[in-house]
Amino acid sequence: MNSRLAQRLTALLSGGLFGVGLLVSGMTQPQKVIDFLDVFGQFDASLMFVMGGAIGVHVFAYRWQKHRTQPLFDRQFYLPARTVIDSKLVLGASLFGVGWGLGGYCPGPAVVSLPAGNVTLFAFVFAMLAGMFITAKLETLLSQRKQQLLVAPHEPSES
Amino acid sequence: MHNFTPGSALLGGVLIGVAASLLLVGNGRIAGISGIVSGLLLGDRGQFAGRALFVLGLLAAGFAATRLAPGSIASSPRSLPTLIIAGLFVGAGTRLGNGCTSGHGVCGLSRFSARALVATITFMLTAMLTVRVFTLLGGVP
Repeated sequence: MNSRLAQRLTALLSGGLFGVGLLVSGMTQPQKVIDFLDVFGQFDASLMFVMGGAIGVHVFAYRWQKHRTQPLFDRQFYLPARTVIDSKLVLGASLFGVGWGLGGYCPGPAVVSLPAGNVTLFAFVFAMLAGMFITAKLETLLSQRKQQLLVAPHEPSES
Repeated sequence: MHNFTPGSALLGGVLIGVAASLLLVGNGRIAGISGIVSGLLLGDRGQFAGRALFVLGLLAAGFAATRLAPGSIASSPRSLPTLIIAGLFVGAGTRLGNGCTSGHGVCGLSRFSARALVATITFMLTAMLTVRVFTLLGGVP
């Protein structure tokens, strides 16, 4: 089999299976997610088992990956190289958590639930995409500004 | 405890783990959904087709569920304005922090990434705090 075709089939199958997993687990029921997050209220610990099950399987994939130089259908692994823990990471994660607690949706379950045709979910997903877009544009703008300041030639002073 | 369903939660989690492993072993990529969606939206470098097909798979699963198990998808108890604000926070936060529940919480923790651990603890805490404050303010606007 051609490796590009294999890659595409893998992506489709992985997305489909990921979606089934989210549906089976209860993550596509926002009230259940909110109950899980309500540790001091009507706490529903089920979602702890979702994370436990997923990590329990996925650690073995990384164990395999450590001994390999490439995946089955591509020439290299594309793993995040960044290791620095900075304010951007913490601020981003904080904002995400607030949004997750407010709506009961994180990105995966929101996308999976779209075919149910719920109008308030469409609004959530549209706002999420807008949030990603605006943040990405602001980040590029800020980094360009910073670079301009760094390379801006110093005018010789007259004094 | 309330509506406790550890069996289906564990089974669903295992399926998520298998799905993420498939993407890593086959294509060498992280199954981080916020990254895949925002990469698609903003045309980040890297494979367009792979991201689009992954999202298509997610949507296909949701579509199948509306036919086979409609009870598995519920709507949020929150109002429209709250959900719009929630969406903006989720979009901005996942882009700024490079990940969500899948990328940091499942994939990152599985590879023992310190960044993912810090991110996961942070978003869990702020999410729990948000739900608590919401409840204290009188429930469901």
